[in-house]
Amino acid sequence: MLTVLAVVVNHFHFKNKKTNMSKYTEDDLREELKTKEYEYGFFTDIESETFPIGLNEDIVLAISKKKEEPEWMTQWRLDAFKVWKEMTEPDWANVNYEKPDFQAIAYYSAPVAIDPNKTLDDVDPDLLAMYKKLGISVDEQKKMNNVAMDIVVDSVSVATTFKKTLSEKGIIFMSISEAIKEHPELVKKYMGTIVPTTDNYYAALNSAVFSDGSFCYIPKGVKCPMELSTYFRINQGGTGQFERTLLIADEGSYVSYLEGCTAPSRDENQLHAAVVELIAMDDAEIKYSTVQNWYPGNAEGKGGVYNFVTKRGLCEKNAKISWTQVETGSAVTWKYPSCILKGDNAVGEFYSIAVTNNYQQADTGTKMIHLGKNTKSTIISKGISAGKSQNSYRGLVQIGSRATNARNFSQCDSLLMGNECGAHTFPYIEAKNKTAKVEHEATTSKIGEDQIFYCNQRGIDTEKAIALIVNGFSKDVLNKLPMEFAVEAQKLLEISLEGSVG
Amino acid sequence: MLKINNLHASVEDKGILKGINLEVKPGEVHAIMGPNGSGKSTLASVIAGKEEYEVTEGNILLEGEDIEELGAEERAHKGVFLSFQYPVEIPGVSVTNFMKTAINETRKAKGLEDMPAKDMLKMIREKSELLEIDRKFLSRSLNEGFSGGEKKRNEIFQMAMLEPKLAILDETDSGLDIDALRIVSNGVNKLKSKDNAVIVITHYQRLLDYIVPDFVHVLLDGKIVKSGGAELAHELEAKGYDWIKEEVSAEH
Repeated sequence: MLTVLAVVVNHFHFKNKKTNMSKYTEDDLREELKTKEYEYGFFTDIESETFPIGLNEDIVLAISKKKEEPEWMTQWRLDAFKVWKEMTEPDWANVNYEKPDFQAIAYYSAPVAIDPNKTLDDVDPDLLAMYKKLGISVDEQKKMNNVAMDIVVDSVSVATTFKKTLSEKGIIFMSISEAIKEHPELVKKYMGTIVPTTDNYYAALNSAVFSDGSFCYIPKGVKCPMELSTYFRINQGGTGQFERTLLIADEGSYVSYLEGCTAPSRDENQLHAAVVELIAMDDAEIKYSTVQNWYPGNAEGKGGVYNFVTKRGLCEKNAKISWTQVETGSAVTWKYPSCILKGDNAVGEFYSIAVTNNYQQADTGTKMIHLGKNTKSTIISKGISAGKSQNSYRGLVQIGSRATNARNFSQCDSLLMGNECGAHTFPYIEAKNKTAKVEHEATTSKIGEDQIFYCNQRGIDTEKAIALIVNGFSKDVLNKLPMEFAVEAQKLLEISLEGSVG
Repeated sequence: MLKINNLHASVEDKGILKGINLEVKPGEVHAIMGPNGSGKSTLASVIAGKEEYEVTEGNILLEGEDIEELGAEERAHKGVFLSFQYPVEIPGVSVTNFMKTAINETRKAKGLEDMPAKDMLKMIREKSELLEIDRKFLSRSLNEGFSGGEKKRNEIFQMAMLEPKLAILDETDSGLDIDALRIVSNGVNKLKSKDNAVIVITHYQRLLDYIVPDFVHVLLDGKIVKSGGAELAHELEAKGYDWIKEEVSAEH
């Protein structure tokens, strides 16, 4: 029997220290990687307030009430819940898992020590210790120059740093719960416009029960001076994680946003169903980077997070959205960060590294919907499969009838390790305009014994050799990540594949 | 430095080396010649520690230590270097990054800190000049799209960087035009010292005009059947291998 656990948010642990990549050698990497077990698999014992398990209208109302939401928000949730009840869970993805029992999940869990009016100094010391264990000290975060973070634990936002610095530029960066209260006009106007509540099963569920998440607004013409970052961590057992992110880049603005996730090791499967909506208005640019490291389950395939996520962005005229993801965690991943290229000359990019090991399953890719003229999209997908895992790329490139001179370039490369894993590619192309130019390249390769021996002969042991080969394979995507994230991502690739070659 | 005693080795139960005896002292250059299929490359792989070869009898001593139980990377840490006949490609990994990793892994095995970036750059500059390598070449992916000559030159560049005690050059001359042959040979000669040794494996005498061996051994059907000085290579070039085969069969 599968039970779904709770969750919460927060975090990932990449260090926000300014690391100089050019000096960062693979040795540093190795040094940091002593443990073979899931490194973030600790559980922090924080007193939490968790709702009873099960999902019904009362629970939806209770969540909304708990968060002191305005009536329109409550109604929005209830409408989404009605829609969800009528929907069925999708089964077209190339993954097999026991469907979650949605009545066995608790839909809200908040550490009771949290009070929105508290300052960072008042935060539960256990929580702070958890951040530290994750490699993030909130205190340190405050001092950091380049990364502002929204931290959310067990469904509520704990602390947002840098609010003041950002507000001087008119940038709004806060938890979505706060935004609903403080900027209802923006939330009301945009939430659900990119991913409607009816979009899909998990999006509908998220819309009904989302617990928290981040909200960001960059005003016209403002280049956000620092990278914005959110850490998600599922901590509490027996709950589900449903966060919601809404990011609006007004005309001519720019923002780079980072998102990271970890969860404690648990025997049960935990459910994570998030929704991310991006809006890039005329001439705006959004760079959205994710390093996903939810607990993947153990080597026998027990436990792990179900990661069912809907991410989509809208590009108006001359706007650009760039998704970069490094997916190393989760037992099952179902995720297609997409771009709707509505305005003329809009640009969409998707750079992805997906690693699966042991019994992990990933079905991930993107949709590039070309509606405007001269729209361009680039898709670079690197899938790495090891153990008994299955790794699928699924992508849609759609060229609308008005999208004159639309261009797409897709490259899907798969790297296999061993003989028991699978790599699959499902590219879909729909072109309704004759001027469209769509290119698709795909390769599949295997790490060869000859490559390993060559490295061994130069003094590089087998695990290091694999890390080197995998990093080389993933380079095109790693290069797209902000520097701190790239270092973290390399490290994760190495951890994820440890022990994958006997 | 290297002492091989009655070495027998097989791959997939097929015996290939059938009792090799060889002693290589510091400062020496040994050439191993022989026709195709005589076991030359197998000998190189067995010394380097390639797993699929099984030593069934005899042993290999490196500076007095039996290296039978050591993995390929441990042998490399002890100063064994193999210049591959067919160097492999590693896409996305630059020559520089590969060398940095190799050097630092070796240093780590010896309990040393990483080589400071400054020293690494200096070394790269010196060694690339030695081998007349354009440094732009070093930022390309390892062996990917390299010409035959570039691959071999890159092997010798790696040898220069790693400063091995014992370098085995497996058919380094194959695929080289005369200019590349000269550059590669000059490189090897410059790297030679009284403290290290080189084993040159080749079909042809050509390379030995440039890298002059102290000893030449002829390998035939998994055994060294004849040894001599540099003049033996010339004799082989002039007469081919058949006379040796006849000589060997006459002894039996």
